[in-house]
Amino acid sequence: MGRKLDPTIKVKRGPGRKARKQKGAETELSKFLVDDDGPKKLSSRSRKRAVKRAQVTKEPKQEEKPKKGFTDENSKWLKPAPRKRKIEQSEEDEDSDSQWEEDDDEEGFDKKEMEEEEEEDDDDMVDDYGADEGDEQDSDGEELLPIERAARKQKKQTSKKPESDDDDDDDDDDDEEKDDLKEDGEEEEDTVQANIDETEQFKLPAAAERAKEGLLAMDLQTIHQRIRDNVDVLSHFSEKREEGKERSEYLSLLRSDLCTYYSYNEFLISKLMDLFPVSELIDFLEANEIQRPVTIRTNTLKTRRRDLAQALINRGVNLDPLGKWSKVGLVIYDSSVPIGATPEYLSGQYMLQGASSFLPVMALSPQEGESVLDMSAAPGGKTTYMAQLMRNTGMIVANDANADRLKSVVGNIHRLGVTNAVICNYDGRQFPKVMGGFDRVLLDAPCSGTGVISKDPGVKTGKDEADILRSAHLQKELILSAIDSVNADSPTGGYLVYCTCSIMVEENEWVVDYALKKRNVKLVPTGLDFGKEGFIRFKERRFHPSLKLSRRFYPHSQNMDGFFVAKLKKLSNAIPSAPRERDEEESSKTETAASSEQIQNPESKQQKPNSTPEKSNMGQKQKLKPKKSETPIITKKTGVKAENKKPDGAKKAKIAKLDGETSKKNEKPDKMQKVKELNGDSTKEVVMEKKEGSQFEKKNEMKRKNLLKNNTNRMGKNKFRKLKSMVGQ
Amino acid sequence: MRPLTDEETKTMFEKLSKYIGENIKLLIDRPDGTYCFRLHNDRVYYMSDKILKLATNISRDKLVSVGTCFGKFTKTQKFRLHTTALDFLAPYAKFKVWVKPGSEQSFLYGNHIMKSGLGRITENTAQYQGVVVFSMADVPLGFGVAAKTTQECRKVDPMSIVVFHQADIGEYIRSEDTLT
Repeated sequence: MGRKLDPTIKVKRGPGRKARKQKGAETELSKFLVDDDGPKKLSSRSRKRAVKRAQVTKEPKQEEKPKKGFTDENSKWLKPAPRKRKIEQSEEDEDSDSQWEEDDDEEGFDKKEMEEEEEEDDDDMVDDYGADEGDEQDSDGEELLPIERAARKQKKQTSKKPESDDDDDDDDDDDEEKDDLKEDGEEEEDTVQANIDETEQFKLPAAAERAKEGLLAMDLQTIHQRIRDNVDVLSHFSEKREEGKERSEYLSLLRSDLCTYYSYNEFLISKLMDLFPVSELIDFLEANEIQRPVTIRTNTLKTRRRDLAQALINRGVNLDPLGKWSKVGLVIYDSSVPIGATPEYLSGQYMLQGASSFLPVMALSPQEGESVLDMSAAPGGKTTYMAQLMRNTGMIVANDANADRLKSVVGNIHRLGVTNAVICNYDGRQFPKVMGGFDRVLLDAPCSGTGVISKDPGVKTGKDEADILRSAHLQKELILSAIDSVNADSPTGGYLVYCTCSIMVEENEWVVDYALKKRNVKLVPTGLDFGKEGFIRFKERRFHPSLKLSRRFYPHSQNMDGFFVAKLKKLSNAIPSAPRERDEEESSKTETAASSEQIQNPESKQQKPNSTPEKSNMGQKQKLKPKKSETPIITKKTGVKAENKKPDGAKKAKIAKLDGETSKKNEKPDKMQKVKELNGDSTKEVVMEKKEGSQFEKKNEMKRKNLLKNNTNRMGKNKFRKLKSMVGQ
Repeated sequence: MRPLTDEETKTMFEKLSKYIGENIKLLIDRPDGTYCFRLHNDRVYYMSDKILKLATNISRDKLVSVGTCFGKFTKTQKFRLHTTALDFLAPYAKFKVWVKPGSEQSFLYGNHIMKSGLGRITENTAQYQGVVVFSMADVPLGFGVAAKTTQECRKVDPMSIVVFHQADIGEYIRSEDTLT
């Protein structure tokens, strides 16, 4: 109620029906308030306008870039070609009225592509301007004042600028890079006008440029960008390469950038580049920068995974089962209590263990009642896992060479309630002598640790060629000892699992291949159905095809520490004393079986006497791999050897076979006698040899090489010259 | 490694019987084989005879541990029981004490148990009787000595000590080095 707002409107008065209807102020007001044009009906022109307005806001960048002109800072790396397509797409939606404008634009773009940017800019700008205006004018149906047009254009320009940076990345970064490289790390928007060809090029800096870069500090962003582009070029090399530049140049630039960006040393990066294709390499390096998730293993001797998970959740831990492949693993996402100090941990219901450490024990799968050796047991995670799989039956010998680390083994064994373990502190290489005849052996060999860089970043810069080779040498010795400690005739076992937390081929496949050659073992499937297969060949090396049965795990693909697992089955307790090819298993096995069984117990001692008679009789040459025990005595018999001049290499095997089959059988009884004779003589040497270990081997390697040289039917250079001079004169 | 002498055996069994009473023979005659105690570096180890055979191959200076360590003999030939024996004491314990969840952590840090943290206690516990301490979820936490009899525990004020701490599982973290 209230006063009427518009006195001119007459409301009906009187006693009639209509007079009684009171409408009030609302009705008055509604006449004054005008609705917005929302529901208003649009004409065809205005509809077109509305559509265009909508499109412009959606893809302003695409339309505006060519129109905008090239005198702004984006000019260097604007690519008309791709944008042309986009604009065409966007303009498809528009009516055919604007077709002629499109054509104009296209022509403009073609021109741009071919000629220099700068010259084009103005023309195109003018053209675009016209086209733009034409567009707007036609579609709008309005007449925009020039000032209005300019204002609109500018608005669009400013809105697109930030977007353009992002979108141009793929295509334009190359040119950016080019400029960067040339200007030694200065800002991208520099004055160098790049020659924009059809193909966007990632240009390699010249050597002088790179030297300069070494002095100036390049910021990480630009290096990272450069790495990305380099990888891109290398992945599509034929299309994206620069003329005249070799792949090796790109690779060397990538190598140094990776070293700088991820802080690795040159050696390791080169090794990694050999192992992985370039794109995977980046994933691997990125994965090494972050930690792998924390995982725990339920101790089934004391609890079940379900109950443990419940108890931990009650304490405020966020966890999940580890994966389909494990029934005892749990992964911890986050926790309000320290996961290594809960009462459940202290009572031994679980153990903190990396997911990759589950794998070798799962591969080994020790059975109840077996005797198992863990050669490199610290800190005891694998040992306790084996004990829980064996349900505390049988026996486990947990050995480690490092007495300090053994304390953690003791602690863990007691905490988790393992009762069938014996802990000792030997060097693993002493093993078959101390105790042998185990059903299963686990060797988690000490390695360079290149798979656990995320845990220990010191590996990035601390490892070099010598370290890797030293580790490989130790691993080879250990694996032979491990093999000798397995009892091949065990009713339930006869298995060895060799694993490392390294991804280097020298420490993994090479060591297993060495074992295959030196002992009567063969590879068997690990039982792990995920992970990458081991390498059969790598660079110049060729491995036994059964290496495919071993498994490699990577941080970037399986999200666990880098690991290598191989499962070997021992075929016979006999140690092949001579280096044999993989083919001739039968002959050496049968022939050495009789002799070696007798002298099995002090094994290493026997190897030498065994080998010498065979060697001298069969005249076999040694292969190019270091030998532990055979070499010292062989050096004594160089005289004998030199007489037997046999050719090296492939013929060796055939000749050996021929020789072997004929002479071996004769030599058996002789050997036995010789063995007994030599036993007395060789004890001293045995002791010496054992003590000096690897030093001896090095010496003998040299001697071996000399032997090889002697065995060819050639004479030395100087001798030849002498003869020549004698004969000539 | 050598078997225990008579005196040593006597001392050790006396100590054990404080916690598990006559159940000691259950430790020796087990259904799954005979177990025995051996002395190595002043420590007493409990193992089955199969492990014993294996361990004799290892030289004395290289052997670190066999089976389970129960405790050690001090220089004055007193026997000190370690936490590592808990798994064998707990099932055969004669007198048990249950601790409330709030005081669990305190006990695991090595403190004595106060009346306020006491959940349950077996009847007829004598004073200075050896007891095994459990959490409310029946997880063994350690062992100790009762400071008061069960009757007294009911009467005494909440701040007084009822169980003296002797060993607890927190030692696995606190004193890992001294286990061996």
